[in-house]
Amino acid sequence: TPAFAEGFGLGRTALPEEIAAWDIDIRPDGTGLPEGSGDVWTGEEVFADQCAACHGDFAEGVDNWPKLAGGADTLADEDPLKTVGSYWPYLSTTWDYVNRSMPFGNAQSLEPDDVYAIVAYILYSNDLVDDDFVLSKETFAAFEMPNAGGFFVDDRMETEFTKWVGEPCMENCKDSVEITMRAAVLDVTPEEETTEDT
Amino acid sequence: MSKPSKGTSRRGFLRGAAAAGAGAVAAGAAKANTPDPLITEVQSWASGLGDGVDATPYGMPIEFEGDVVRRNVEWLTADTISSINFTPIHALDGTITPQGCAFERHHSGAIELRKQDYRLMINGLVDRPLIFSYDDLERFPRENHVYFCECAANTGMEWAGAQLNGAQFTHGMIHNMEYTGVPLRTLLEEAGLDTAGDLSDKWVYVEGADASSNGRSIPMEKALDDCLIAFKANGEALRKEHGYPVRLVVPGWEGNMWVKWIRRIEVMDGPVESREETSKYTDVMEDGTARKWTWAMDAKSVVTSPSPQAPIKHGKGPLVITGLAWSGRGAITRVDVSKDGGKTWETARLAKPGEKMALTRFYLDTDWDGEEMFLQSRAMDETGYVQPTKAQLREVRGLNSIYHNNCIQTWWVRPDGEAENVEVS
Repeated sequence: TPAFAEGFGLGRTALPEEIAAWDIDIRPDGTGLPEGSGDVWTGEEVFADQCAACHGDFAEGVDNWPKLAGGADTLADEDPLKTVGSYWPYLSTTWDYVNRSMPFGNAQSLEPDDVYAIVAYILYSNDLVDDDFVLSKETFAAFEMPNAGGFFVDDRMETEFTKWVGEPCMENCKDSVEITMRAAVLDVTPEEETTEDT
Repeated sequence: MSKPSKGTSRRGFLRGAAAAGAGAVAAGAAKANTPDPLITEVQSWASGLGDGVDATPYGMPIEFEGDVVRRNVEWLTADTISSINFTPIHALDGTITPQGCAFERHHSGAIELRKQDYRLMINGLVDRPLIFSYDDLERFPRENHVYFCECAANTGMEWAGAQLNGAQFTHGMIHNMEYTGVPLRTLLEEAGLDTAGDLSDKWVYVEGADASSNGRSIPMEKALDDCLIAFKANGEALRKEHGYPVRLVVPGWEGNMWVKWIRRIEVMDGPVESREETSKYTDVMEDGTARKWTWAMDAKSVVTSPSPQAPIKHGKGPLVITGLAWSGRGAITRVDVSKDGGKTWETARLAKPGEKMALTRFYLDTDWDGEEMFLQSRAMDETGYVQPTKAQLREVRGLNSIYHNNCIQTWWVRPDGEAENVEVS
C-alpha cells in the first residue's frame, strides 16, 4: 500500500447516478433489490411474452435451451437435472440474472415489477410456492431455496492434493492395459475439412 | 493387443533414423534413385516475383495452413452466441497461442466496444469511487506476464468417457498469451482501500460490459496479488472476441473469471453468489452436493502430436512426441510420457523451464518401431502435485462435475500411424 499511497491522480469520481446505473448486483440476503413486487399470474403472462419461446410455457425448456424448472432430488442421479428449483442456492441470483441478462438478446429491458413477477412464476413452476404467491422486496428474504445447503467450499487441497502428491510410479506400474472406451465408436466429432495438399 | 515398444537407447535411435527411408513412403528417404525435379528444374518462385510489401498490411497465415483454425462443436450448446470454440493445439508448437485462432467463450456474443466508449468503474467499499477512461489506464505503470487461460469446462465432455476425437476438442479451450496491463492492485489503491478496513475478508465483484455481464466474485487476497487489467496480448491490442479493449487476467484460475470487456469492479464485504458461481462453475459430486469456488486450475497436460488430428505419416523411425503442460498452482517442473498406457514412463524434455501459471512445451524424441502405442503424459508442478488419472478423479468426484477435468489423456496410436481418443484400464 505505501508505494501507491499518494495515488496517481488518474480517473475521476464516479457520480451517484452512474453508480446506480451499473451497480445492480443483488446479494443473497436481498441487498440491492429495488422497490417492487410481482405475483405468479402476472409472471405467467410476462413469461409467456418474454421467456417461453426458449424456456417453454412452464419453464421446462425448449430444445436445447435451459430448463428452469424440474429436476427436484435428481442431483445424485446418473443424469442430474440442475434447474433454479433443484440446484440454485439463492433466489437473489435468479432475480439478479434475469434483471441484468435476460431475455437473451434483449437484456436489461425488464422493469423491476416484471422481474419480481417472472421470478415468482419460476418458483411456482418449480412447485415451490402456491399460485397466490407475491414476491416483493419485503417477502424476498423469507424465501429459502431447496438446495441452499447443497454447496461447500473447494476442498481439493484436503481431499485430492494429499493423495496425488509425491514421486509417481515410473516402471511396472500396471500389469495390463486394455481399451475400455473409444471416441470413434461414439463418432460425434465434427469432420475435419482439411486443406492439406498430400 | 501387441506388446508395448521397448525404451529407446541412443544406438537404437540412430539405427532407426538411418533405416527410416526404407519402409516409409513419406519424405526423409536416405537415398533417392531419380533426381528430384523440385531441385533439378527451376521453380516459378525461384525465377518470378513474389508479393510486394504493400500486399498485406496485416497478414493472415498462408493458405496451406488453412486447417489451423478454431472449430466449434454444434451439439454442445443451444446456439453459437453463448458457446465455445476450440484452439487448434494439435497443430501449434511452442507455447504462445496466436490470437487469431485462440479459443473463444462468450455468453452473449463477442461485442464491439470502442476505446472511446470504454469506461471502467471502481465502487463499493473504496475511499473514492472512480471512473477510468481507456486513456487513463494506459497512464498507470504496466507489467508484462505470460499466462494460460483455460476454460473451467476444458475436457468437460470427457468425464463420462472418450467422446471427442482430437486434442483440439478435448483440450483446446485454452490459450496462452503475453499480457500487458496494469495490476488490479494499482487501480484498487488508486480508489483507496482504507474504507474497506480489514482486507482479509473482503471481495471484489467484477463484471463485463456485455449483456451476459459474466459477474464473478474474487477474494481480495487474489485481487491484490497478481490479477491484471490487461489491454494488450501478444504485443497488440486484445482481439474483439477476447475482450477488446480491456479484460481481466486472473493467473492460474478458471477462464470464466477472466472477465472480458470489464466495466466494473466493486469492493464488497462478501461474495455476490452470481449466476456464474452458483448455477455454473460449481462442481456436482457423486452424492449430489457441489463444490463452489473451485477457482484454481490443477496441473494438467496433453500430447498434442501425435494425436487424432495429427497422425504419424512418416512411418517408423525418429518421432517427436510433443505436448503441453500447465498448472494453476505454479510452475511445471516435470512431464512424464508413457507409450504403453501407463505401465512405464519416461521423463520428457521441457523446451524451457516451466513458468508459473503458463503453458510449458515438452518433447520426447523417440524411435518408433511401428507398433501400436498408448500415449499418455503426466504433469507435475512445483507443489509436488502429480496429474491424476480419470479413474482417480472419478473416485473422488463421480461423473457429473462437468468442470475441472485434468485427467491423464490416452491416445491409441495404431501401426498405420492413425490415433484415437480412448480410455484404458
